[in-house]
Amino acid sequence: MSATHDARTAIATPRLRFRDPQIEMAHGAGGKASRRLIEGLFVPLLSPNETAPLGDAAHVTLNGSCVAITTDSFVVKPLRFPGGSIGELAVNGTVNDLAVSGARAEALVTTFVLESGLPTEVLSAEIRAMADATRAAGVRIVGGDTKVVEHGKADSMYISTTGIGAPIPGITLDPTSIRPGDKVMLSGPIGDHGITILLARGELDLQAEICSDTRSVLPFVQAMAQAAGPSIRWMRDPTRGGVATCLNELARDCGLGVVLQEDAIPVRDAVRGACELLGLEPLHIANEGQFLAVIAPDAADRALDAVRQTPGGEDARVIGEIREQPATAVLIATEYGGTRIIDMLVGDPLPRIC
Amino acid sequence: MKFVDEFRNPELIRRTAEEIRRLADPNRHYRLMEVCGGHTHAIYRFGLKDVLPPNIELIHGPGCPVCVLPMGRIDDALSIASDPNVIFAAFGDMMRVPGTHGSPLEHKARGMDVRIVYSPADAIKLAKANPDRHVMFFAIGFETTAPSTALTLQRARREGIRNFSVFCNHVTIIPAIRAILDSPDMRLDGFVGPGHVSTVIGCRPYEWIAQNQNKPIVVSGFEPLDILQSVLMLLRQLSAGEAKVENQYKRVVPWEGNSAALRAMADVFQLRPYFEWRGLGFISQSALRLRDEYADWDAERIFSVPGIRVTDPKAAQCGEVLKGVLRPAQCKLFGNECTPEHPIGALMVSSEGSCAAYYSYEHRKAAVAIKVGAEA
Repeated sequence: MSATHDARTAIATPRLRFRDPQIEMAHGAGGKASRRLIEGLFVPLLSPNETAPLGDAAHVTLNGSCVAITTDSFVVKPLRFPGGSIGELAVNGTVNDLAVSGARAEALVTTFVLESGLPTEVLSAEIRAMADATRAAGVRIVGGDTKVVEHGKADSMYISTTGIGAPIPGITLDPTSIRPGDKVMLSGPIGDHGITILLARGELDLQAEICSDTRSVLPFVQAMAQAAGPSIRWMRDPTRGGVATCLNELARDCGLGVVLQEDAIPVRDAVRGACELLGLEPLHIANEGQFLAVIAPDAADRALDAVRQTPGGEDARVIGEIREQPATAVLIATEYGGTRIIDMLVGDPLPRIC
Repeated sequence: MKFVDEFRNPELIRRTAEEIRRLADPNRHYRLMEVCGGHTHAIYRFGLKDVLPPNIELIHGPGCPVCVLPMGRIDDALSIASDPNVIFAAFGDMMRVPGTHGSPLEHKARGMDVRIVYSPADAIKLAKANPDRHVMFFAIGFETTAPSTALTLQRARREGIRNFSVFCNHVTIIPAIRAILDSPDMRLDGFVGPGHVSTVIGCRPYEWIAQNQNKPIVVSGFEPLDILQSVLMLLRQLSAGEAKVENQYKRVVPWEGNSAALRAMADVFQLRPYFEWRGLGFISQSALRLRDEYADWDAERIFSVPGIRVTDPKAAQCGEVLKGVLRPAQCKLFGNECTPEHPIGALMVSSEGSCAAYYSYEHRKAAVAIKVGAEA
């Protein structure tokens, strides 16, 4: 069957599988509902001929050279929180999506949706935060657009950034090469961002010494690329939906199982405590400065050492491995000799986290 | 967190599990019911079934307040909240429970003013912040949460807060246990007793279970070691042929309960003559309503309530699962039509519901026998 023929049938009968009667917060939570919306409505109509699995960035070939492109929007509430702000997230989020796709962000364009009545000092603080973050990440902002809506029709400000990047030398991510025995690595403690935002909203009478982990993960990815480039099979940054959602997508896409050791997963006491109190699972909580990688077993130590020797990467750990079973699912072995399945995030426990 | 860690000590847990295995009679099948949904959740979350020998079966009980609430009550409350002047405030685990025309969250997406609160006191805060609106708190829970609703109502009355009311769905645990024991298809050997409820009511109310029904009951905490210790204590009683009430959760549960909490409840609530429980039907004197002195804060008296009664979908077997007659995966709808994302019964919604816990933590695991080594 020729490619053109494929395209024609796809256009004639797009397979729309999205049947939810209305859009709810869960559709933006990065979990199961988001996936359903994207795969059931967006992809069939907008990208019917794309065959690449859904990742953090798309790869396009322009005049013979490959570039990565991605886009992200930020609606976090509150705008500023311990450890970061919406402006900083807007830069790091896109830089990180490119980094875990094996690309170094070269240029960003950005869009602001502003609510009429927004104090200029609030806006300028975020522009400064963006400027600082671009310097830290070594990326330029080369263009943008601004829209203003009536007071009450948006919540202060939303930012969107789109980035293009060039491949990081030495990395060839190939999820189809994932094999049982491959190691799963995590760059550091999970849940800091999500729990920080939750507490920063001040709706709970809870306080903790904790701040968002927002940062560029590019230095870690570059260090790993040097140490173990061709052995890195897959990377993701576990933002909305957390580590659990990313690994479930991985398991589904590669048809294998992911088995984690619960005691190997770093979680700060403050995050663990807040999760216990609120009935949340740290593996479902958003991160903004961590990444996951699947690495061939013989290169895992090299990759881990490279990340650990990069400042800020000291807490990186191997948290589990790829197995034949449970196919397409994530299983976690508790410290007590029991196991449980960890599913993708369902619903939206923490809306507007980034 | 340190306090919790001691009850998650892997070495102690292994030793307790070892003792359970030694004590369990291999020729006997033990059916122990954990009454409380919090226990159900912990059992799955910590993978405790894998730690227990196969002849000790844990049956999930009715102690998940969201799960036992009939759908009509949600419809009634949502009908009140369709008035644009009303703010519907409820705990997070109510938000995705389906009513006939969708869950509170789906109503929120369509424009209803639905707010998640973490305590009834937050609902009072909301009322004070919105003096020209009316805040209706959807109160739900066993004796665990009823005292905080009672204290909030006392405060509303004391401070004369008039734009606040409670839609009361509080239920009591003892009649539910009685209904389970009266059910003819139920053969239980003992109970892992509810921990949080007992911090309020104490251990005495369970004595009839030991004395009249000749079943042991051990009030238990919620950490893995708590639950295993309670199972061990039940086994010790069973092998000695005893039936008594024991308190494993002494660090939190006083034998006599919490008299201040009980006083607040007695001041604010009275027993309803009867109340409908999902799966268990009408149970007499099993739920609470506001006393006449609090009529001005009783949403059921301030607003006209349609009194909707909805029968559960025929194919759904929530009742059997709630009573422990069926395991979650034995329900015809489990995992097909009824999933955590598209729940048909409330058991699939609340994290304390046995179907949701089973689906999240166990479901796909059951499909393959997996050996997990320590080396991964």
